[in-house]
Amino acid sequence: MTDSKYFTTTKKGEIFELKSELNSDKKEKKREAVKKVIASMTVGKDVSALFPDVANCMQTDNLELKKLVYLYLMNYAKSQPDMAIMAVNTFVKDCEDPNPLIRALAVRTMGCIRVDKITEYLCEPLRKCLKDDDPYVRKTAAVSVAKLHDINAALVEEQGFLDSLKDLLSDSNPMVVANAVAALSEINEASATGRPLIEMNAPTINKLLTALNECTEWGQVFILDSLSNYTPKDEREAQSICERITPRLAHANAAVVLSAVKVLMKYMEMMGQDAEFVVSLSKKLAPPLVTLLSSEPEVQYVALRNINLIIQKRPDILKHEMKVFFVKYNDPIYVKLEKLDIMIRLASQNNIAQVLSELKEYATEVDVDFVRKSVRAIGRCAIKVEQSAERCVSTLLDLIQTKVNYVVQEAIVVIKDIFRKYPNKYESIIATLCENLDTLDEPEARASMIWIIGEYAERIDNADELLESFLDSFQDENTQVQLQLLTAIVKLFLKRPTDTQELVQQVLSLATQDSDNPDLRDRGFIYWRLLSTDPAAAKEVVLAEKPLISEETDLIEPTLLDELICHIASLASVYHKPPTAFVEGTGGLKRALPSRSGEEDASVMATGGASASVIPEPGSLIGDLLSMDIGGGGSTAGAGGTGNVDILGGGLDILGGTAPSAPVSEPLRYDSEESNSTDKSNAIRNTVIRLQSTNSLLGDIFGLSGTSSTTFHIPPKQVWLPAPKGKGMEISGTFSRKNGQIHMVLTFSNKAMQPMNQFAVQLNKNSFGLIPAQALNVPNIPPNQSLDISLPLNTNGPVQKMEPLTNLQVAIKNNIDVFYFACVMPIHVFFTEDGNMEKKVFLATWKDIPSANEVQFTLENIECNADGVSTKMNQNNVFTVAKRHLEGQDMVYQSMKFTNDVWALAELKIQPGNPSVTLAIKSRALDVCHSIFAIYDTILHN
Amino acid sequence: MVLSAIYILDMKGKVLICRNYRGDIENNVIDKFIGLVMDREDEGQITPLIQTEEAAFAYIKHKNLYVVATTKKNSNIVMIFSLLHKICSVFESYFKDVEEESIRDNFVIIYELLDELVDFGYPQTTDGQILQEYITQEGHRLEVALKPPPAVTNAVSWRPEGLKYRKNEVFLDVIESVDLLAGASGNVLRSEIVGCIKMRVYLSGMPELRLGLNDKVLFESTGRGKSKSVELEDVKFHQCVRLSRFDNDRTISFIPPDGEFELMSYRLNTHVKPLIWIESVIERHAHSRIEYMVKAKSQFKRRSTANNVEIIIPVPSDASAPKFKTTIGHCKYAPELGAIVWNIKSFPGGKEYLMRAHLSLPSVEGDITEGKPPIQVKFEIPYFTTSGIQVRYLKIIEKSGYQALPWVRYITQNGDYQLRTT
Repeated sequence: MTDSKYFTTTKKGEIFELKSELNSDKKEKKREAVKKVIASMTVGKDVSALFPDVANCMQTDNLELKKLVYLYLMNYAKSQPDMAIMAVNTFVKDCEDPNPLIRALAVRTMGCIRVDKITEYLCEPLRKCLKDDDPYVRKTAAVSVAKLHDINAALVEEQGFLDSLKDLLSDSNPMVVANAVAALSEINEASATGRPLIEMNAPTINKLLTALNECTEWGQVFILDSLSNYTPKDEREAQSICERITPRLAHANAAVVLSAVKVLMKYMEMMGQDAEFVVSLSKKLAPPLVTLLSSEPEVQYVALRNINLIIQKRPDILKHEMKVFFVKYNDPIYVKLEKLDIMIRLASQNNIAQVLSELKEYATEVDVDFVRKSVRAIGRCAIKVEQSAERCVSTLLDLIQTKVNYVVQEAIVVIKDIFRKYPNKYESIIATLCENLDTLDEPEARASMIWIIGEYAERIDNADELLESFLDSFQDENTQVQLQLLTAIVKLFLKRPTDTQELVQQVLSLATQDSDNPDLRDRGFIYWRLLSTDPAAAKEVVLAEKPLISEETDLIEPTLLDELICHIASLASVYHKPPTAFVEGTGGLKRALPSRSGEEDASVMATGGASASVIPEPGSLIGDLLSMDIGGGGSTAGAGGTGNVDILGGGLDILGGTAPSAPVSEPLRYDSEESNSTDKSNAIRNTVIRLQSTNSLLGDIFGLSGTSSTTFHIPPKQVWLPAPKGKGMEISGTFSRKNGQIHMVLTFSNKAMQPMNQFAVQLNKNSFGLIPAQALNVPNIPPNQSLDISLPLNTNGPVQKMEPLTNLQVAIKNNIDVFYFACVMPIHVFFTEDGNMEKKVFLATWKDIPSANEVQFTLENIECNADGVSTKMNQNNVFTVAKRHLEGQDMVYQSMKFTNDVWALAELKIQPGNPSVTLAIKSRALDVCHSIFAIYDTILHN
Repeated sequence: MVLSAIYILDMKGKVLICRNYRGDIENNVIDKFIGLVMDREDEGQITPLIQTEEAAFAYIKHKNLYVVATTKKNSNIVMIFSLLHKICSVFESYFKDVEEESIRDNFVIIYELLDELVDFGYPQTTDGQILQEYITQEGHRLEVALKPPPAVTNAVSWRPEGLKYRKNEVFLDVIESVDLLAGASGNVLRSEIVGCIKMRVYLSGMPELRLGLNDKVLFESTGRGKSKSVELEDVKFHQCVRLSRFDNDRTISFIPPDGEFELMSYRLNTHVKPLIWIESVIERHAHSRIEYMVKAKSQFKRRSTANNVEIIIPVPSDASAPKFKTTIGHCKYAPELGAIVWNIKSFPGGKEYLMRAHLSLPSVEGDITEGKPPIQVKFEIPYFTTSGIQVRYLKIIEKSGYQALPWVRYITQNGDYQLRTT
């Protein structure tokens, strides 16, 4: 007899009929009726009207019937909260039933009834069940605490359930421990403060590790996931936990394996990267990861996404395993695409021949997406492995010969990148590419082709004709193509000015007059002005040598990568996005890899050894204005500093020839909000602005001598070591500079019950070589007393660059223990009193420092005027070298010198009445700029 | 951390049965699911995971069903996928074929199972055998005093207590599957052996078992480095095996579940000669005919014989009028596979056979370009393992002290065995 008969009920009067059956005296009939109700519920009919009748059946001695009634209650209790109360008594009674199955069932179901009124009644039975003799009941009760917390967190804390749960961590039964861990992890994660409600400590961890060997596969996952949230206190502890977890890698369940990998990857960060242990552990990780590729396709997919992260973090782990990522004919498409990604990442000189012949094979398959990605992959290989470039190019040419439309287009897109990587090597193939011009119908391919024509205009005889042919349909083109066409024609004009004047005028007018697109218009104007002002300068700018493009593509930014490593096996690891990007209300709990404790430099982990330049996500991709706007490819060079073509120098020379007041009729500002400001446009802006300022300096020789410093800015004291962490000792402090010496100003408060004495201090190696100039002279501090002290510091200690620069790690010892904390120093305490630079030296230095070493900031809400700024800053050893009024703006030039003889120069642009002040900082040590900006911001707002 | 609800849908996306564990996702969210899947299928961007504003959908296909889990948090997705597959296998242990009809036929028991398998989104007991002890199809009366079997919460959660057999026996099957991927030019791109040891255990009480293999690591550590041994690349064990013990001294010790289960699986990357090698010459005369010349060669010891060899040679979907000529076995055209299947009942080692096929092609060519599926081979070679793995002993110790007989069988078969064609 099957259950399907329950689905076929008559439609009319159905509810009424069921009602009478439910109230029948015959048990058998009652049971049948309940099944019919559940069947209706299953197919989505609303049977909530039967609530009282079904609830009446609750008191039964038939377990199956009871379960069905409970199921019904869970579904409809929310819509009938008042009636749900009726059921409470039975629940409470069932929690006392002699049969553990019933007790567990009742406590499990009660937790699922999300009605506030019921929760109060749940507390007592739950408390009993948490201490039940039967482990089956206890493990169910443990989960119910999490349920209750989800409904009413305050109640759980009030009732002391957190402690009960904590007690269960020491339960003799491994399943109970596992469920208690799961519940605790969930509660911790949901904590509103972002701080875990229950901290894990070494003894608890030990219990978990013991339970790990005995509980079910799922329990092992709960325990491992919870271990991944724990940070061992030192390397030794990390290593011993790793040793006990490693056997899990041999578990048949993929979830256990990957959760173990997560813990190991995280803890490995705490150990020396060359340590024998780390090396041998890395070796152990490879085989289980490879085996995951024989699991179900869905699991394979998740595994591949995770492997993608793992090999970015630790490229060595799978470097010899290329073959296992070869695509099988019957792999699902999502597995194929992921394997391809990993193949590119693992491609190296050693295996490139094999990879390439595979990719060529894939490029002839039928699935369009897969074929496209394969073609692109060939291009990536060419860029990544120089030795293979030639073979890759010839493979791509073969593919172009197939004339398969989408293959040709993909090939052209990647060839454009290859040209950039290896200039003047493969241009002979341009002719072949041009043959396919007509077949290109995708914007990205068209734009790429146009870029190629513009870039090599001097070698393509009919470049003008080719570009002109695109111009007819200019308005209909995609923006990407339009921008590219504009640039390409300008390049062509600069290379062959005689016969292309008409063409360039046509495109400039199309771009500036007939277009609504601000990017296009502005770029048109920039070119126009450049060309009309000084073609020679235009040439310098437009045809400047381009920075090399990066080899690695789509690398995840290191901090995000570290966060994702902590989320291995979770959704975040599949999306390659932090959980905050797709989960609502994930508190402030951001995971980060632990850093290595001990003396060695802390920056090792941040970059994870070999650092490759990072390509931003396509969305934020900072394209190169003059070369490509193509977002997706992501093969353009990293933004910022890399493009240090010295445009500034050139620009100054150009200016030298022209009149002092630069011919700028309209402010040539490229609005960076409108489109991502780019290398070159920045450079252009800098050229123009700098022209003015340098001139002003040249022209105006009036200065201002620094006023003597009287009120040095001392930041308010901060609590560096809170009493609970300092075993009762609270330390707050700040820094100041008195008579040319830096002082650490400290307040010690004894909040413990015993006196404190035998104080000593030590500073870790830091960026500026700070060391105490004398011993810490703190006498005995009785309980509840505090003491202020100023500790003079010298700057002749060992130097090690910190991140951030102004970070200082301090160790303070007393009779109780040694305490470690870190604080951030305000940078201006390192500004020396002799930081006033001579004007001429200032000018020369400013010119001397490359433009790449300049950083621009905006200070908001500045109330004081130029003089006020000077005065305030001079009191803090930032000296004004010159001041000048230009076109309604006050320009202030300042200099400062650090204790380690590094100089920094600043230029402030102040518009009276405008609270925003532009601050440009130049220094050979680029790192200091941000800190300087921060201190300007603080001092000027003080 | 975990899943919110589990749904079983038919191919049209209609919910057959569902269980909402956490109530943080509205039940109607699932109505959008099938549309999302279709959209992605159309765009060719199908993934087993779909994220929307309301929830993430993780799904697997099983026969004519979608088994879907939803979650709102950053859950452990590997666990969710493993669980979905596990749930299907538990259902199979209850009612064999899990499909639309059987879901309807068994909805009461499915509800009961879903209640026991997962609590608040956390997987609990998923061992079909143990579940059958206390979740049964007959409605039990309480007087029968059904209790949760101790196995549910015991350290040994996979074996019921108090089993009794008149004859105590254990069957061990060592099965090795050979995966092969060969390029069109006849080079081996990938070959690996995926082995597993399956057991059928009919033992009374709570026996302690210890399995000895000719494991290279073990042999070297115990100074028997010279004996013939096998280097196991990656070993995966059933949860009954004590992993930390294996990690320590490579001892495989366990209390087995009752009946049939897979004890362990292993992987070897050692290069072996492909057991059955296929060379093919394909001549395509557009608009008229296509000719195949296929040579099959057995490259294992003459003593062994491969049984039920099936060589599947894909042909264009518009081919017709097949003609075959072969020295052994028989050929048939299987349009449903889009292939010719060449069957050889018994294929001894060190032999070579030939097959020729001739098919007509239509004079008008279709627009659809077809892929080039690889040739696949199926076979079974009994009494033979490619790796040379051997069961040295299986010790069975039970406190009642009975004698039990272990039986061992070896077999090698094809795994994912693909040879690309030109």
